[in-house]
Amino acid sequence: MTDATASDVAPDTRATGRTLYIASVVFLCAWVIVPIYFLLINTLSSPETVNSFPKPFWPEFDLGSLTFFAGFAGMLTALKNSVIVAAMTMVMSIVIGAPAGYALSRFEFPGKGLFRLLILLTRAFPLPLLALPLAVMFIQTGLDDTAFGLALVHTTLAIPFAVLITFSLFSGIPMELEEAAWTLGCTRLTAFTKVVLPLILPGITASAIFAFVISWNEVFAAAVLTIENRTLTAFLLQNLDTSPLHLKFAGGFILVVPALIFIFAVRKYLFAMWGIANR
Amino acid sequence: MARIEIKNVAKTFGAYQALHDINLTIEDQEFMVLLGASGCGKSTLLRIIAGLETATTGEVWIGGRRIDNLSPKDRGISMVFQNYAVFPHLSVFENIGFGLRMQKLPNDEVTRRVERTAGLMHIEQLLKRYSGELSGGQRQRVAVARALAMEPDVILMDEPLSNLDALLRMEMRAELKGVLAESKTTAIYVTHDQVEAMSMADRISVMHQGEIVQAASPIEVYRNPSAEFVAGFIGNPPMNFLPAKPADSGKWAVAGQMMDGPGGGSASLKFAIRPEDLRLADTGFKAVAKVVEPLGAHLLVTCEVDGQLFRAVLDSDLKVKPGEVLTLTPQPDRVRWFDPQTTLAVA
Ligand SMILES: Nc1ncnc2c1ncn2[C@@H]1O[C@H](COP(=O)(O)OP(=O)(O)OP(=O)(O)O)[C@@H](O)[C@H]1O
Ligand SMILES: [Mg+2]
Repeated sequence: MTDATASDVAPDTRATGRTLYIASVVFLCAWVIVPIYFLLINTLSSPETVNSFPKPFWPEFDLGSLTFFAGFAGMLTALKNSVIVAAMTMVMSIVIGAPAGYALSRFEFPGKGLFRLLILLTRAFPLPLLALPLAVMFIQTGLDDTAFGLALVHTTLAIPFAVLITFSLFSGIPMELEEAAWTLGCTRLTAFTKVVLPLILPGITASAIFAFVISWNEVFAAAVLTIENRTLTAFLLQNLDTSPLHLKFAGGFILVVPALIFIFAVRKYLFAMWGIANR
Repeated sequence: MARIEIKNVAKTFGAYQALHDINLTIEDQEFMVLLGASGCGKSTLLRIIAGLETATTGEVWIGGRRIDNLSPKDRGISMVFQNYAVFPHLSVFENIGFGLRMQKLPNDEVTRRVERTAGLMHIEQLLKRYSGELSGGQRQRVAVARALAMEPDVILMDEPLSNLDALLRMEMRAELKGVLAESKTTAIYVTHDQVEAMSMADRISVMHQGEIVQAASPIEVYRNPSAEFVAGFIGNPPMNFLPAKPADSGKWAVAGQMMDGPGGGSASLKFAIRPEDLRLADTGFKAVAKVVEPLGAHLLVTCEVDGQLFRAVLDSDLKVKPGEVLTLTPQPDRVRWFDPQTTLAVA
């Protein structure tokens, strides 16, 4: 549709609608981008500029704060821990959550409704409430202060979403497609791998990333359950509290950037999940 | 070969009995149509044969082999679904070849069979496309080609034409029948469209509330319905019914007329006649015309006889006005009788 035809038909309403549309887009973009942009500017500024007002519009490209962090003892280990824990969470929540989502969407069994409710109920208990018993149990089992132990907790947090997202993904695949595959020589398993899986892969990826980000952002359990093997959030929480402002900005920036890069890399799958064509 | 025997098959969903003790034999290479109103259990029966549903009791045999405990892939069947179920992530070629690839056939054999069946269904030029880029009719062709490419003993079709427009449906009907006859496959075809059933079937099984009421050739089902339900279901407009009281032996009083009918001491019967088997005459039923519909080829007159709804299909040249009283006489050899107690036909 071109502007010419648009203005030919109904210039007034179309023009207003369009202006409104553009304004909303600009507003939403600004909503997300402006805080990140300020974070960027402050990260790339010298300590003096960070504390002054008004802020410059262009960053100074002073890498002082960032190089400080790069050299900071334990920083890179924490970053590595974060990635390991998040990756484990991602894999575990999909491996456990997707079959549950499949069962919920494809099978009739007694207690199905209750099961769905219980999945959501796992989110009803705030983590601080669970932290102490968890810590005790982890110490008893030797899981404390390990990436795997923390990943287990994060998986618990991410699973309800993984189950519900995959449940709706599976429900969106017509049963007839699977049945057709069975009549064409597939077992339940091969029908799943050859027909269902390719169709829901984008959605699975999106829900995996969601699990990754949940783990990446989680700080409470990480702070309580790890001491030596701190993840980035726990590490920064511990160290930034007492740091000067410019270092807080740099720390925030370091937290935000990997999540952003990750989401950017898989954005087409997220779009696919929301039903926007990607080709 | 692929003779299908369905023995005492019943199916319950919870407390609901969807199928009651079905017994049906379908001969090798026969084209059997399951016809019935929505919800009568046609799809359930088809899905039991396909192995997508398990019968509560009973056995299914194909080609002398009991198959009701085998999984769908081992039954030698292939199925065409109502919504086509064309895999959206595969090209038309890969869709048609899907089952062949599952059988691990060599590449050139897959290509040969895909091209041959695509040719049969006239979709050679679509092989590279994806389901999203096809029209409903083209998807339908892909679904049939995919089923045929398997070279199955039995092909099962669940209302495959119901999503197409009337013209395309008529075209596909003829084409499908030709292709299936050529492939020498036994076919079971589910539909609720009686025109489709009449035009395609070798035999029609009329189903009603989970039972097969009559299984016979289309013309037999039309001319000699075995039960009142079949008489009222087949034919558009359906058969007319009038209550009959016994007079002398072999004579029945129907709407003030004396008719020759079955002997035997029934208390009452139902007289039945098809609307097109009525003629205008000097003696016969007094029918008050209510609605007159000129349908081009003929004139459909809805009237009232003895307070009962009664339809007649008359010559389109006739001028009939609502309110007019017509005298209609039935063609004697086309009259049928039903027992109101059992609803079955009486000879
Ligand atoms: N999975 C199920 N659970 C419970 N009831 C079912 C199930 N499948 C079918 N039924 C019931 O069994 C009956 C027969 O269903 P079926 O799908 O065989 O009808 P049909 O003759 O194919 O109808 P249509 O022409 O509408 O497709 C219906 O009353 C339906 O509600
Ligand atoms: Mg059906």
